[in-house]
Amino acid sequence: MALLEVRDLNVFFQTNLGPVFAVRGIGFDLDRGETLAIIGESGSGKSQAVFAIMGLLDANGWCQGEVRFDGANILNAPSKILNPIRANRMAIIFQDPTTSLNPYMRISEQMAEVLTLHKGFSKREALARSIAMLDAVKIPDAKSCLNRYPHEVSGGMRQRIMIAMALLCHPDILIADEPTTALDVTIQAQIMTLLRELQHDFGMGVILITHDMGVVAGAAERMIVMYGGQVMEEGPTDAIFKDATHPYTRALLASIPRTDQPKEDLRSIPGDPPDMMWAEEGCPFAPRCDFATTGCRRSAIALKPFAPNRLRACNRPIAEVQ
Amino acid sequence: MSDNILLKARNLHVTFKTRRPGAMPWGKSLALRAVNGVDFDLKAGETLGIVGESGCGKSTLARAVVRLVPATGRVVWGNGVDLLSLSAKEMLRYRSQIQLIFQDPLASLDPRMQVGDIIAEPLITHNKTMSRVEVRKYVRDMMARVGLLPDQISRYPHEFSGGQCQRIAIARALIVRPKLIICDEPVSALDVSIRAQAINLLRELQREFGLSIMFITHDLSVARYISTRLIVLYLGRIMEIAPSDALYKRPHHPYTQALLRSVPIPDPDIERNKKTAPLIGELPSPLHPPSGCVFRTRCPRARPLCAQKRPVLAAVTAGTEEHRVACHFPGPEPQG
Repeated sequence: MALLEVRDLNVFFQTNLGPVFAVRGIGFDLDRGETLAIIGESGSGKSQAVFAIMGLLDANGWCQGEVRFDGANILNAPSKILNPIRANRMAIIFQDPTTSLNPYMRISEQMAEVLTLHKGFSKREALARSIAMLDAVKIPDAKSCLNRYPHEVSGGMRQRIMIAMALLCHPDILIADEPTTALDVTIQAQIMTLLRELQHDFGMGVILITHDMGVVAGAAERMIVMYGGQVMEEGPTDAIFKDATHPYTRALLASIPRTDQPKEDLRSIPGDPPDMMWAEEGCPFAPRCDFATTGCRRSAIALKPFAPNRLRACNRPIAEVQ
Repeated sequence: MSDNILLKARNLHVTFKTRRPGAMPWGKSLALRAVNGVDFDLKAGETLGIVGESGCGKSTLARAVVRLVPATGRVVWGNGVDLLSLSAKEMLRYRSQIQLIFQDPLASLDPRMQVGDIIAEPLITHNKTMSRVEVRKYVRDMMARVGLLPDQISRYPHEFSGGQCQRIAIARALIVRPKLIICDEPVSALDVSIRAQAINLLRELQREFGLSIMFITHDLSVARYISTRLIVLYLGRIMEIAPSDALYKRPHHPYTQALLRSVPIPDPDIERNKKTAPLIGELPSPLHPPSGCVFRTRCPRARPLCAQKRPVLAAVTAGTEEHRVACHFPGPEPQG
């Protein structure tokens, strides 16, 4: 039994224009020490899926399915049950470190609060541990950093502080929601290296949510490709990069310009991403897919295993069409 | 070689007056040199990419060329006129030749105007004699050309997706048949699957209209794909300038090398076997740039000379001005 088991998770939102089916039936297992990447474009449901797991959906959202953490179903659990888990065992860091830190509080107060509240440490001990954790995320001169306000440090530093805060209680699972999207490439490289080292030191499981195939390639053993709220393909990162059989994954990989290859013609995917308001029954990628048939548009396509450790939701995978 | 040069920038400086955070308004002001002595040529029909991290001055440089920010130095148009010395009225003639496309497509379109009016606006501004029917026809043709349905002419920007909004912005820029388009991170806000569409569209239109493009981006993979030549900026100064292929295959400046190393490559075999450590530290404050070479505080090759003397932009191989680098110890990366 894995530490975190997600089965058939569905997320909905009630909006002024009607209900939105944001995530349809995502499922995965994650253990300590593993890294799982969830990749997708904006609106693909990748963030909402983990928000649902953490019990962080907005008030107009609700979810169904099963999320087992250490054997107990925690989906839709009351805060009384969720809070100790969110405090001590699962942590999350967000894309924009500026808006996730409280601008009115010194960094020392924000960090110490985590420990005094959840672990019952004294202020002094909490501060000592905060300094140790800031050292662990390689912030130079951690002591003086503690006395600053969030606006007084750079974006890269703020993301390091967010990571340090998330790790204060030594969680078993760290969810990183686009942790480097707001940062420059050189800082992104620093943060991704740091996350890798910290995972090695602390042995936690990581869920990495991103839209960047390059980041996935360097960081994750397994990956889930999402589009229009549904899982398109799931499997080991190496296998998917070498031999993507889902037309969406293949098209996505072909449409990314690379620095290590001379320019050829960049293949673009025609059309626009689906409007989640008007999601249809069939495969969400069908309107943009080169291989789609009328059957693809009509009925939902189940995620099925087709090779060891690999799953795919497609009626017309590339290998078979050719 | 008689390259047809469209625009020449010489000794371009942009300085902003600012104050220390929290300082009183009557306190001493500080000079922030966003662009610090930049020289470059832009040839007709080429795409000049400008890359660098946020805060390096790449957007300011582009804005200086069209005088959206006050600059000193010279920006010489192909016919020998210095754009920076023109009066506002004289400048108007050149504004129709230079158009801009910005990063956030929805924010750069007026939400209360119909798409047809948005696209027509530059045409009406620069060509006051054109009849309304004619304008409408031009707009429809241009919409079709950038891949929008001409029937959508009466819709409002919020009814379009991000990718379509960027097409509207491209149509608006091209309607006056400019010679130069300045694109400031035009695809950064778009999703991967839409990004390739927008890049390909820009390249097609460039060929068709014979455009020159100044392409500002922080994304080095997009820059490689679209640019003929590239400028690498750091703290308002040019670190390296080279034809695209040369820059990506054999970068000579340690900063360019570090930047390229930092870009994740979508291939697990390559990405996991990267051995070199990422660049240390962060961009220093442009209010207090390091002495000598501005990059020396993060440079693996820095030596005492780098703190004393600022390196000039010099040719990598004597005799060819194409590939130039500003470094005391330039050269390709040692292998292994």
